[in-house]
Amino acid sequence: MSIKFSKEHEWINTADTNAAVIGITVHAQDALGDVVFVDLPEVGASFNAGDVAGVVESVKAAADVYMPVTGEIVEVNEVLRADPSLANTDPLGAGWFFKVKLADVSQLDGLMEETAYNAFAQNN
Amino acid sequence: MTAATTDLLTTPLHALHLEKGARMVPFAGYSMPVQYPAGLMAEHKHTREAAGLFDVSHMGQLRLVGPDAAAALEALMPVDVQGLGLHKQRYGLLLNEAGGILDDLMFVNRGEDLFLIVNGACKQADIAHIQQHIGQRCQVIPMPEQALLALQGPQAAAVLRRVAPAALELVFMTGKAVEIAGIPCYITRSGYTGEDGFEISVPGQQAESLARLLLAQPEVAPIGLGARNSLRLEAGLCLYGNDMDTATTPVEAALTWAIQKVRRSGGARAGGFLGADAVLGQLDHPSTLTRRRVGLIATERVPVREPAVLENLDGQQVGIITSGLLSPTLNQPIALGYVQPDYADADTELFAMVRGKPVPMKVAATPFVPTRYHRG
Repeated sequence: MSIKFSKEHEWINTADTNAAVIGITVHAQDALGDVVFVDLPEVGASFNAGDVAGVVESVKAAADVYMPVTGEIVEVNEVLRADPSLANTDPLGAGWFFKVKLADVSQLDGLMEETAYNAFAQNN
Repeated sequence: MTAATTDLLTTPLHALHLEKGARMVPFAGYSMPVQYPAGLMAEHKHTREAAGLFDVSHMGQLRLVGPDAAAALEALMPVDVQGLGLHKQRYGLLLNEAGGILDDLMFVNRGEDLFLIVNGACKQADIAHIQQHIGQRCQVIPMPEQALLALQGPQAAAVLRRVAPAALELVFMTGKAVEIAGIPCYITRSGYTGEDGFEISVPGQQAESLARLLLAQPEVAPIGLGARNSLRLEAGLCLYGNDMDTATTPVEAALTWAIQKVRRSGGARAGGFLGADAVLGQLDHPSTLTRRRVGLIATERVPVREPAVLENLDGQQVGIITSGLLSPTLNQPIALGYVQPDYADADTELFAMVRGKPVPMKVAATPFVPTRYHRG
């Protein structure tokens, strides 16, 4: 399984070893409600794990999007920027946020597998 | 669920909310539905297009009884209470001695009493305040046994035509005792969405039956607090605690329309209310004002929320946002906020600082979305 999950409710898919894909989880978009706006980082910007790299907003609330790993942004989802509702309708697919070149692959070991995340999300 | 939620009060519709799949949140000490499975956006649009049913039973209902009640209430509000016609409803403001707003409320002259509806988070303090100041002049009778439903939207009248045709005689800001399916209700044609609609005070024990009857009508969907907030903001209506509080006067809050001439300087019953010196001083000398509430709209599609700082074109802070969101109807950011009086004119260009970036906004007239009150 190449998808892992953070305690801040992001997912990271490392199937493409050049550029990991990051988005918010089904649980996160459900908690936010109708997503109306995303603020995405600049391509080329670098972040440490735990940094705020973006913002996702519903009508009622704004939430930070955290970097689950250290790395450089290599692509952002312009389609999502134009249609933020994709974060609700297809959070694990067309609603991805950005792609990252990982600085340290071993950081993935600190993230959760799907089963562990689902149990975590139930209680958070 | 956290441990704190177990301490929350519930309304008589609690079981019905859970049955309808509501997401419940703590609000004003109650567990209240923030949204149902349809979601905030769908609920907002449904209310603008058809009819939404809101549980507002957390709000406070009370009666003031006695021949001196209207005159007594005028000691607490800068509002014409004594001149209000039978079965007419009016918006009022409870003030402290500095002219700060303790709460906003609606009241109806029902002949045998004044019927007040106050905010849920303020109700205990309001009742204590009213009791303390005018309890010796009239009876102050809280009505915790009553629930309150709001049916709002362009098709609300069509729904009541079917279940309570007598209510159709009402126009905006009037009230009437009406039975619905044998349930004794007191209905006012009012609400807080900008739409035509009704607020229905009903005995708590019969509230669920009434809610089920209304939800069974094809036009009606249950609506949560999330959409209630976006609807009221589009209508340009203030939320107590956000857009006004004890440190805000009615003049600063641009609520002078709620202060009738009879209570202003030169009026037949000028002053005589808590905070009169401060409020009439500001009304008589507008140049002493340091800030004023305005509406704001942005052309960029970036939500601007409270407490975003407002800057002028020179980068100086001249105000702050007190309520803001992306309007579901306009698909643009709308907000209420306070600015220095020099920046309060319509079309004044300002920047709201959102995550360190300036979002261009313009002072705009409210309501942001035209109201559709039924004025007969």
